[in-house]
Amino acid sequence: MDTTFLEYLVFFAAAAMVLGGAIGVITLKNPVHAALGLVMTLFGIAVQFVAQEAHFLAAVQVIVYAGAIVVLFLFVIMLLGVDNAMDLSIEPIKVQRPLAAIMGLGLASLITAAVIKADSSTVLPGAVGDGIDVATETGDHDSNIKQLAENLYGDHVFAFQLTSVLLVVAVAGTVVLTRKWPKADAEDADASSSTTSGAAK
Amino acid sequence: MIAAIEPSWYLILAALLFSIGASGLLIRRNPLIMFMCIELMLNAANLTFVALATKLGDINGQTAVFFVMVVAAAEVVVGLGIIVSILRRKPGATADDLAELKG
Repeated sequence: MDTTFLEYLVFFAAAAMVLGGAIGVITLKNPVHAALGLVMTLFGIAVQFVAQEAHFLAAVQVIVYAGAIVVLFLFVIMLLGVDNAMDLSIEPIKVQRPLAAIMGLGLASLITAAVIKADSSTVLPGAVGDGIDVATETGDHDSNIKQLAENLYGDHVFAFQLTSVLLVVAVAGTVVLTRKWPKADAEDADASSSTTSGAAK
Repeated sequence: MIAAIEPSWYLILAALLFSIGASGLLIRRNPLIMFMCIELMLNAANLTFVALATKLGDINGQTAVFFVMVVAAAEVVVGLGIIVSILRRKPGATADDLAELKG
């Protein structure tokens, strides 16, 4: 009873964080405030990961998303100086916002209906947390990481190595994209754009 | 005695988060905010993966989330690089100003 109540408390507090932050991202005028709303959403997701015994992913969520990606966002916002409030009342296409709201509501209700229907009609193999939830049974708190490591470095080791290639390509591509080429600085803007696009190829 | 939290609640939360992200992507005009909305949708997908991994007792779902996070990090790096180079050329550009391919 007590544990269940705590689980409810954690779930609804984290859900409020997730949804409140997400609504903040799409409604706040200042991009810095939107980035802070994104941080709140990401922390809420991390709490939900912990509640589902995915401890390693929760840690990675906080470190990679809240620690690296949002800092990158904030860095770009400050670097470009777009942190002045944008006018949200300007609406280039008149019917776009009502249509987007209808589409969002429709998408939410469609997926929710699918989840409820699938939940009531299907009996899935394995009880809740049958194979993963060993951590609470044995008291070994590393077992989530251990299982994940055995799966990652055993079954998916080739894909794991490919991610390093992906990251190197992403870093190199970004450097090529954003670098101000020294030769182009002496020439005019047209030459600069052609040099950059030529180098990007 | 209240029932324990069902895994489908997490799926419904992820559905709501995905819908908010998708409508934000359609509503907002600032490229940076649109990029944040893509992050929201990726996180909704991650939450779905973890909820189903817990429900089915299959650790492969959590491995998939790991790969999604790596790809999201790479995507953010490249996307922000593109946005920086666009906004450096056209300061204050919105998504409507980027209709033509030529810078």
